[in-house]
Formats: sequence, structure tokens, C-alpha cells
Amino acid sequence: MTLALIITALVTVLAAATVMSLRNLVHCALAMAVAFSGVAALYLQLNAEFVGFAEILVYVGAIAILIVFAILLTRSGETPEKSVLTSGWLAGVAVSAMVFTLLGWAVLTSSALPKEIATAPAAPVKNIGDALMGKFVLPLEIVGLVLTAAMIGAVIIALKEDKKDNPGGQP
Amino acid sequence: MFDQLDQIFVTALHWLVSFVPEMLRPLVTPLICISFILAVFPAYFSIITIFERKGIGRIQNRYGPNRVGMPWPLNKIFNWSLAGFGQFIPDGLKMLTKEDIVPRAADKIVHFLAPVVMLIPVLLSYSVLPFGKNMTLADYDAGLLFFFAVGGAVEISVFMAGWSSRNKYSLLGAMRAIAQMVSYEIPLILSAVSVVMIVGSLKLTDIIAHQNHYTFGIAHWHVFTPWGFIGFVLFFIASLAESNRTPFDLPEAESEIIAGYFTEYSGFKFALFFLGEYLGMFAISGLGITLFLGGWTAPFSFLTWIPSWIWFFGKLTAIIFVFIWIRATLPRLRMDQLMNFAWKFMLPLALINMLVAGIWHYMAADWQRWLVCGALIAGAYVLLGRGLMQNQKLGKRIYRYAE
Repeated sequence: MTLALIITALVTVLAAATVMSLRNLVHCALAMAVAFSGVAALYLQLNAEFVGFAEILVYVGAIAILIVFAILLTRSGETPEKSVLTSGWLAGVAVSAMVFTLLGWAVLTSSALPKEIATAPAAPVKNIGDALMGKFVLPLEIVGLVLTAAMIGAVIIALKEDKKDNPGGQP
Repeated sequence: MFDQLDQIFVTALHWLVSFVPEMLRPLVTPLICISFILAVFPAYFSIITIFERKGIGRIQNRYGPNRVGMPWPLNKIFNWSLAGFGQFIPDGLKMLTKEDIVPRAADKIVHFLAPVVMLIPVLLSYSVLPFGKNMTLADYDAGLLFFFAVGGAVEISVFMAGWSSRNKYSLLGAMRAIAQMVSYEIPLILSAVSVVMIVGSLKLTDIIAHQNHYTFGIAHWHVFTPWGFIGFVLFFIASLAESNRTPFDLPEAESEIIAGYFTEYSGFKFALFFLGEYLGMFAISGLGITLFLGGWTAPFSFLTWIPSWIWFFGKLTAIIFVFIWIRATLPRLRMDQLMNFAWKFMLPLALINMLVAGIWHYMAADWQRWLVCGALIAGAYVLLGRGLMQNQKLGKRIYRYAE
């Protein structure tokens, strides 16, 4: 455990805790962007350049903005008066601790986990590109098709249907 | 001798580092490089602001700043009139000494953090740019991806500034800015992807090495190929929009929404936004130079003796001059024109350009691929332009003069 790992882990966990505890939703979204950046920094410390940069590009650059826009377009700016923590938070902590223990136990005893640490390949980004465009090109295309279908579906749901109410053609 | 001049900054760095003990060197070397970037680019920014004000003044038939000479203690010794080129010193001092006004309703913390969040990713993006031969601070394997990734954080800062000010003009400006940045980021990245397809690497030094050889004394810059030319034009237009420059300056349109997302900023926070915007413009121009204009390489083989960093900064200044020229010449777009142009013209053209880059890669290197690729691009350009102009009802322009 290096010092850098401890710092980034602390920042990430603190930001994630902030996301859950602040009252103002926009503040929560901004704290979430910090948490995403922390996760990206963790990836970079593991020499996973591509995943780290993609995390920043997709999550900080796109998902955080999307969430912020969703908040702005759906809610009024008022922040709730009472605390966001419900009275039964102790039970929640107990349940999450149990789930964490179970997951940790499952991961640590899993046989799928490689026993020795693999050495980093010479040109990881090139390898990822070759794999995506060669071996995994079909899954990639299918994912693209599914996402496009989802986007078109979202647009159709959001479209206004009441064109008949407006016979004059005026928008 | 010219080789030594070319590597003068690298040699200077090694010489400086040789003074510190062996153990501290990995720490001191990046620190020196970072301070180099922090010193050179804001200084370049201050000079460019004068060039911009004087240049726009010249284009618009007025003087521009032409009074300020040497600053106070120096003017006792050399009383030179600098033809206004000393203007940036009082400008900077004015920004530093102005009162910092924060609206009472503003969200204080977010309002304070927004200019900082603006500047940091912009400065980070300089770490991957090659300023000259062997002059890259962090030569990542995925340098291009890093550049676009940190650029994404600018949108967050724009939103923070617009939302925290509690001002309708600020929020409108932020919404406009984010809509514009998200739309123009796609052609920006897709035009860069065509370069990545040809070079086969995301590393910026590899991209330059791919352009650094000569046929008949002319460099193999990507801009000299059909896909590279159209890619460069798309990249240039998208970079205008990304840096909120005219004709894409809707986010801060003075005549419509005061100053957009930084309406409620004053003093040095305003200066930080201004600095961040210009540094972002320099960074994205530097990336355009690296991708399409050969980076620090010379255009002709007989000019290779000129140091590489002079080429980089010369090209950067030339691009910035075009930015200024466009700002002084073109009017602002409307919001619907902005979106139509991005989604109906630039995006399809960028996609076709990727296809053309693939064809270029797989065809034999003779005149036929020039013909095929050139015809494909010209056809796509004409068809898309016609499509965009349909239903526009553009008649002959009517001039009305005062009697």
C-alpha cells in the first residue's frame, strides 16, 4: 500500500460518502464527479491507462453532465429541510457491512482470481484496440446496436404525441 | 550548432537537474517542466491578448491599445513607447486589484471552485503536447485520449460557474456552452480518429514521427492528404466551437446574455476564466498542429535546420492569428444554425472522412487513391452542403442604403 493509493482511496470514499449525505442534489452530482475522478486515478495507479482515461472521458465528461442536466430539468431548486439520513440508518449500516463481508469473502476465496500477478503488456492500449477490432468486434457491434435502439426508444418516448390538438400547424 | 539550439531546453533541463541529488531527480524534473509550462503559456497568453486587440482594431479600422509603454521603474532608464505592447501589465494589475464581488444568493463554495476547476484540466492537457523534439512532459501511450478526457472536465466547471451564480443569464450561458461543447466534441474527436486510424497509435510522438519524412522535399503532413485536409478543417471548426470563439460565441454572447456563465465573476476570478479559455484555445490548436500540421516538423526538408520549438510556436501563432481574424470578420451563429451545422453537416462529414481514411490506408500508394479519396470527399461535401441548404429559402441579398 503506497501513500498515493491511500490518498486517492480516501478522496474517493469521502466523495462517495458526500454524494449520499448532502441535501442539495447538484452538490451531490458534483461530489460524484470527484468520486469518478478518484476511481480513474486508482485505475491509473494500476497502469490501466486506457480504462482510467476512458473513465474520466465517459463518467466525468458525460455521465456527470447528464445527471446534472437531469436534476436541473426535473426538480425545482429547493433543498429539503430535514436531514437526508432516515431514522433507520443503523440497520442500513449493518446490512451493508454484511453484504460487504459476503462479497469480500466471495472474491477472496474465488478460484477465478489469478494467483500470481500478471505482468503488464508492452503496449496495452494497442492490445485493447486490436482485441476490440478483432476478437471482440461482434460483441462491440451488438452493444452499439443495443445502445442505438435504446437511444431511439428514449427519443420516441420523449416525443410529443398530441399533434392532432394543434391543427393550425403552429408550434 | 543548430542541433544544439534545437535541444537547448532539453540540455538546460539536464543541466539544472544535475545540481540536485540523485534521489530527488524524479521529483525535480517534472517540477521544472511544469513551471516551464506555467511560465511560458500565460506569458504567451498576455502577448496574444495585445495582438488580438491590436489586430481586431486594425481589421475594424480603429487603433486599439497604442499608448502604454515601459512600466514604472524602467521608464526612468529607457523611456520607450512600446506602441501599446505594454498594455498587458496594467491589465493584469487591474484584474488583481479589483474587488472580488460574489452575489449574496450565490452558492459560495461552488462559485469559488469553478474557475479553479476550469484552469486545472486545461493546464493538465499541456502535459501531453509535444512542443519540440524530445520536449513532451508526459508521453503517454494514450496521450490523445488523455487530452480529450481532461477536456471533458471543462464542461463541469462551466456548469458550476453558471449554476452557482444564481443568475438567469449565467445559467442560460452555461446551458448553451454545454450543449455546444457536447455537440462539437463529436466531430472534434471523430476527425482525430481518422489520424489515429492511419497512424495506428494514440501516442502523440508517434503521430508526429509518422509525418516526419519528406518526398521531393515536401513533408508528409496529414493535412496534405484528402482525408487529412477535410479532417483538419473539421477539427479547426470544432476547436473554434470548443473554445467558444466567434462565430460560436453564443455561450458568452455579450449582446444577448451579458457574458454568459461568467457574468457574476469579477476581479481575478474573471481573469482566471479568461486565462482558462485562452489556454484551452492554445492547447486545442497545439493538438491540431500535432495531428495534422506535423507538430514540430518543418514543411520542407531544406528548412529542417530551424529549431523544432520555433516551428511549434510559429504554427501556433499562425493558427491563433486565424482565430483572431475569424473573430474580427464573422458574425455570430443562431442556436438552431449551430446545432444544424454540427449534427447535419460536420458529423456526417467526419464519419465519411473516417471511411475515406480506411480506404486510403488499404489502397496502394499511387495516384488512384488520391482520385478515389478526393472524389469521395468532394462528393460528400457537395451533397451534404446541398442538403443543409434545402428549405432555407435563401434569396438574393438585398442592400438598402440611406438616401
